[in-house]
Amino acid sequence: MPSLGADMEFGTVLQWLVKPGDAVKRGDIVAVVDTSKAEIDVEIFEDGVIDELLVTEGTRVPVGTVVATLRAAAGKPPSAPGEPSSSPAPPLALQPAPAAAPRLTQAAVRAAPPHRLRASPVARRAAEQLGVDLDTVTGSGLDGAITKADVERAAARPPGAASPSPSLPPAPARSAPPSAAVAPPDDRQAAMRQAIGALMARSKREIPHYYLDSQIDMSASLDWLREENLRRSVTTRLLPSVLLLRAVAVAVAATPAFNGFWLDGAFRPADQVHLGVAISLRGGGLIAPALHDADRLTLDELMAGLRDLVQRARTGRLRSSEMSDPTITVTNLGEQGVDLVHGVIYPPQVALIGFGAIRERPWARDGMIGARPIVRASLAADHRASDGHAGGRLLALIDRHLQNPEAR
Amino acid sequence: MNEQELREVLVGALTEVAPEIDAASIDPQAVLTEQLDIDSMDFLNFVVAVHEEAGVEIPERDYPKLATLDGAVAYLVNAQAQIDSERP
Repeated sequence: MPSLGADMEFGTVLQWLVKPGDAVKRGDIVAVVDTSKAEIDVEIFEDGVIDELLVTEGTRVPVGTVVATLRAAAGKPPSAPGEPSSSPAPPLALQPAPAAAPRLTQAAVRAAPPHRLRASPVARRAAEQLGVDLDTVTGSGLDGAITKADVERAAARPPGAASPSPSLPPAPARSAPPSAAVAPPDDRQAAMRQAIGALMARSKREIPHYYLDSQIDMSASLDWLREENLRRSVTTRLLPSVLLLRAVAVAVAATPAFNGFWLDGAFRPADQVHLGVAISLRGGGLIAPALHDADRLTLDELMAGLRDLVQRARTGRLRSSEMSDPTITVTNLGEQGVDLVHGVIYPPQVALIGFGAIRERPWARDGMIGARPIVRASLAADHRASDGHAGGRLLALIDRHLQNPEAR
Repeated sequence: MNEQELREVLVGALTEVAPEIDAASIDPQAVLTEQLDIDSMDFLNFVVAVHEEAGVEIPERDYPKLATLDGAVAYLVNAQAQIDSERP
């Protein structure tokens, strides 16, 4: 079971799209998995032949569980898609990863070593026996660790009882394997809030955030955009947020200290810019899938990519590679009239860039005061990986690109 | 298309971008982006859908005229009349 987002602890195999004996190529969609947030199309990370499906449809398993085995086409020994230890890439392949590096493997590697859910082995065994989802248990032990007593209390809780956490497997059956059908909407909402809460709590606990912000004059970008959209039919028009995304992607490519992951006590820069875009979901919650190689995309490609991503995030399905590998995230809260975003970084990323609303403000330039459209760009960054000087440079680069919207 | 058909086109386009809304509950005079919680991407998709269904080209500077359902109906009625009058 690959990690489809840093906040994912469990996944339910909804559907297998392959069967034993099927030949698969890297990037083929082999299964549909339900996380607490969305249904995700899971792509296979290398070529081969499906050997065995080990998890039946409808079964919910922890991240890292081997869900199927894959036979290498060239007669190599079988390897397991979800199994970090047998992954063909060395664990630290993240940074020097060539273009061909398997994304799912990276996700599995990232998810494997520090299991964030704190629970004693006794508690884990009890949870398995009682069919209790550890995700839904509030820990009362040291640092919120889950104890056996917590698990037993959770198991005794009647389904539907008012409780701060959802009981995902309804009416747990004794000694049944941990499995649950897809949760109904209310439970999904609760599960999503819990997943977001757990990840953000971890971010606030572990990451020494620092914050910077600067005001950026958007006149040049918006003037250019207005002219450009005049020439375009409604179906190919660009949104201002695409100019912001492009400026961030290009600036981040030039400041590697903000693009990558904090893993095992060290910063591992990524060599591609996979821009995570925070997308609010209708009905609440958010998801931040990646626009791959965003710094190399033209504005039209970025617009098409963003539109596709938003649409699939809200109504359809996202792909596993989009969920598992954003290298930095952008959030734009300007739509709601927010002026300034104080971001919370998505671990294991090391930076988040926020934008507020573009508003007309008094602005002095060349000794004159005029009304100009201004946006506040903010940076929340991990002090273990960078410092304010570099952060200021990143914001200045974003500003510079927004003054030259046409420049590549 | 008559006014009623145009209204149906607009409501259909809105339910495409916001599938969970109840079409009957839309306040025709309230600002759509606020009452339906739709963002600029949703609004653009709404405009694209209206453009494709009603065959009306909607320049960006006219977006504010589509802010409410009643406003959008009036805009489309007007735009259609203009297209018809230009027809030889």
